[in-house]
Amino acid sequence: MKGKIWGSRGSIASPGQDTKRYGGNTSCIELRPPGCDVVILDAGTGIRELGVRLVREGAERMFLLLTHLHVDHLEGLGMFEPIWRSQTELHIWGPSSPVASLEQRIAMYFSPPLFPVHLSEVPATIEYHDASESEWQIDGARFSSNAIIHPGPTVGYRIESRGRSLAYLTDHEPALGADLDRDPSEWISGFAIAHGADLLIHDCQFTPNEYEHRVGWGHSTTEAVARFADRTEVDRLLLFHHDPMHSDEQLDQMREDVVARWGVDDDRCTVAAEGAKIVV
Amino acid sequence: MAETPEQRNLVLILARAFAAQLATAVFLVDAEGTTIYYNEAAERLLGRRFIEGAGMPAEEWSTVFRPRDEEGRPKPLESLALGITMLKREPTHEVITITSVDGVDRTIEVAAFPLFAHTEDFVGAMALFWQHPEPERIS
Repeated sequence: MKGKIWGSRGSIASPGQDTKRYGGNTSCIELRPPGCDVVILDAGTGIRELGVRLVREGAERMFLLLTHLHVDHLEGLGMFEPIWRSQTELHIWGPSSPVASLEQRIAMYFSPPLFPVHLSEVPATIEYHDASESEWQIDGARFSSNAIIHPGPTVGYRIESRGRSLAYLTDHEPALGADLDRDPSEWISGFAIAHGADLLIHDCQFTPNEYEHRVGWGHSTTEAVARFADRTEVDRLLLFHHDPMHSDEQLDQMREDVVARWGVDDDRCTVAAEGAKIVV
Repeated sequence: MAETPEQRNLVLILARAFAAQLATAVFLVDAEGTTIYYNEAAERLLGRRFIEGAGMPAEEWSTVFRPRDEEGRPKPLESLALGITMLKREPTHEVITITSVDGVDRTIEVAAFPLFAHTEDFVGAMALFWQHPEPERIS
């Protein structure tokens, strides 16, 4: 399974000199499971550039997996070129809420005053699939989702293909009210999705000091992500959803902290960088 | 592919985390009515420690504490607040007397409510216990 990171920033796009190396676009990852059309994880601002490339490639069928509908994971959809082409067939998975369908929830963003055009006016054919807690298969790839701890309906995804697995848990606070070292695994948010994954892409927005004033915001610290990676026995870890206030140098320091806490070889943990390739 | 490990529904994970922080006694059951957690305050009230993985089925928790009404008549599962919540999936309230495992009689108020992850997705129920204050004793 191969892929590319088109955006790894959290909360708000933050281009600039301080974020040049890891990038300023918000969450978006392209995946190419063997024998399967393109899979896109989240529709942050990074999806715009991916859309340009997909149109150039002539891609017509694609799958978008939304973890949740906070703006930094959805704001790029309006500028995703394939949706403005009638020949595009786009399947969107994402969490419904207890009171509204996925389509209704996306339409709240995709309408005035937040966006000039209504979702119903988009020429592409869009099919919506509830991913609150489900499993499905597309061609040779197997997908599963589970609700995870983050304010509002949010899911994590696991994608498996040819015996390899990738878990995507951006925006996740598994340590909230839990003891990641001692609690039984069935009580740890995201455990089943992440367990034994060849690659875990996980939220690492805060340092432990920053977290003291941000408990319940739905994000993880270097300490929590190291414990979660250890507990779920993943092979490699990709730190994701970088705080917009963190410079490239700060992200390097956070990675060193995670490696030290996790107690693994240096090459098992990397910082997600815009433009970087993913191979699982 | 590796077998997927068991995972509790997020609503139950959050309910347990919430209960673990409360000084009020909380009893949490899954969709089948088996206890999956009760907190320290509930342990004190019931006189019994919570043991991970050793859940009590409804038939057990509805009898082991000998619940009875204000007239002292035994209350079967289907008339207990948590039993009604389990069977009808609606919130309920009651005043009962129980005998804890350590032999102490306690009169408690119980408020039970169902936990729905989605409209039709019943994942369990939560009961809050409130002990009536002991009457003042004249020595």
